[in-house]
Amino acid sequence: MDKLFDFELTGQLLGLPFVLTALVVAAVLGLLAGVLGPLIVSRNMAFSVHGTAELALTGGAAALLLGWDIGNGALAGAIVAALVLGLLSRRSSDYDSVIGVVLAFGLGLGVLMLWLYKGRSSNKFGLLTGQIVGQDFASVALLSGCAIVVIGLLAALYRPLLFASVDPEVAKARGVPVTALAVVFAVMVGAATALGVRTVGSLLVLSLMVTPAAAACRITASPLKATLLAVLFAEVSAVGGIILSLAPGTPVSAFVTAISFLIYLICWVVSRVRRTRVSPA
Amino acid sequence: MTQAVNGTPAVSLSGARLSYGDRVLWDGLDLDVQPGEFIAVLGPNGSGKTSLMRVLLGQQKLSAGTVRIGGAAPGKGNRRIGYIPQQRALDPTIAVRGRDLVGLGYDGHRWGLGIGGMRERRQRVATALEAVGATHYADRPVGLLSGGEQQRLRVAQALVGDPSVLLCDEPLLSLDLAHQRAVSGLIDAHRRESGSAVLFVTHEINPVLPLVDRVLYLVDGRFRIGPPERVMTSETLSELYGTDIAVVRVRGQIHIVGTHSDLCEDGAHHTEELVER
Repeated sequence: MDKLFDFELTGQLLGLPFVLTALVVAAVLGLLAGVLGPLIVSRNMAFSVHGTAELALTGGAAALLLGWDIGNGALAGAIVAALVLGLLSRRSSDYDSVIGVVLAFGLGLGVLMLWLYKGRSSNKFGLLTGQIVGQDFASVALLSGCAIVVIGLLAALYRPLLFASVDPEVAKARGVPVTALAVVFAVMVGAATALGVRTVGSLLVLSLMVTPAAAACRITASPLKATLLAVLFAEVSAVGGIILSLAPGTPVSAFVTAISFLIYLICWVVSRVRRTRVSPA
Repeated sequence: MTQAVNGTPAVSLSGARLSYGDRVLWDGLDLDVQPGEFIAVLGPNGSGKTSLMRVLLGQQKLSAGTVRIGGAAPGKGNRRIGYIPQQRALDPTIAVRGRDLVGLGYDGHRWGLGIGGMRERRQRVATALEAVGATHYADRPVGLLSGGEQQRLRVAQALVGDPSVLLCDEPLLSLDLAHQRAVSGLIDAHRRESGSAVLFVTHEINPVLPLVDRVLYLVDGRFRIGPPERVMTSETLSELYGTDIAVVRVRGQIHIVGTHSDLCEDGAHHTEELVER
């Protein structure tokens, strides 16, 4: 672990093309997670994101077994999962349990398919904890393409989506297509999640999709500021996590989760201190 | 401004019928609401008050008859309509300020980020907040506000779009007396100034009694429309409910005696308030 502070080694590694690619991937992912995060948090979709991530793993495992591209398999799995979960009403009381049921079954299938796969075992492990180094040009292009589409769509849908997320009843009365937006948003989250699975892995994708936004929502109530802060926090976690992991050679996800958790803790403390100051009564 | 054309009723129902299977909520409902008119919609639970709101919002089709909002068919998200829901506690962790909630009432239904209209939006939202006296708490998270404060924001949210019809679905529920009076007063002031027609669903007429022009009283498929002094009588309500009902007026308040609990108006605690009027 003393390698963590080996700045010389870190500096050398930073010059390598595959590391630079990884940083670009992380930066794009941080942007994507940051802009979607506050809406995910205000829609109470954290568990659904986790479910989507696990089912991206199932999709990836299926692709591995069938000899297809893992990334495309994960993307397909996540989008199918997002569609299924997005069609469920998030108001209904059994929403969480249905996610649990679907995700447990999907995960079981994934485990079976990984067991059936006879190839290199590091491919299997990569799905769980991510494999940010070794991203080829095609996957970077896929990620960037997806990011452009998702961010463009988000810009086009932003006001109705925010309305439907924080105030569904009045939004509906004002003619906002609340149900259709829920499905579209779920697909956007599914795509972003699947791309995150490749980076930080399906187990830890929440650390980018949810933790930075949850931290931001702790310290501001302005949707604009929350989005900007969530992007900042996600970038710091994703890019910072990679840089810190270089010298010790540890999995990226360990540092990404640690940084985002630390940011959350700080924001939590700040919000507690502020609240006791504002309302001493 | 989307003011109704002269002579066109703000809301018009003719021969309107709403039924689910063989259960008829109401039938043969003819009602023209003029601009600036304040209509209270009363009736026991399940009498179709909220369904009427849904019909006017275009979320529910009539089984028969026609409905017009400012002369046009009710479409989803009719821009002429402002909507105030029941007070329900908003999630305390949600990252939205009062200012944002009101802003969504102004342009939350529009696509895009709305960067072009930012200045106009800010101005309109500030004016709406000022009108309901919510300016000083407009930057606090909505989830941390009291029910009364939230409901003032709801009024601002509905009024910021300058609606010609205001639909209020039990907006006073769970508010204390002072806030009931404040919220209904704000709605009343707006309809007098801008000529919005108000349809106000409530199970409790007393807080709005001085403001009401006409009452639509729905009971079990039957209904009466008219000024409160004509509808809120022992004779009319006994006929509507099909059982013996006494309407008692105490200090300008209306109390209904002799019905089972779900249609009994629990207004006893309003006595003191009405003395002042």
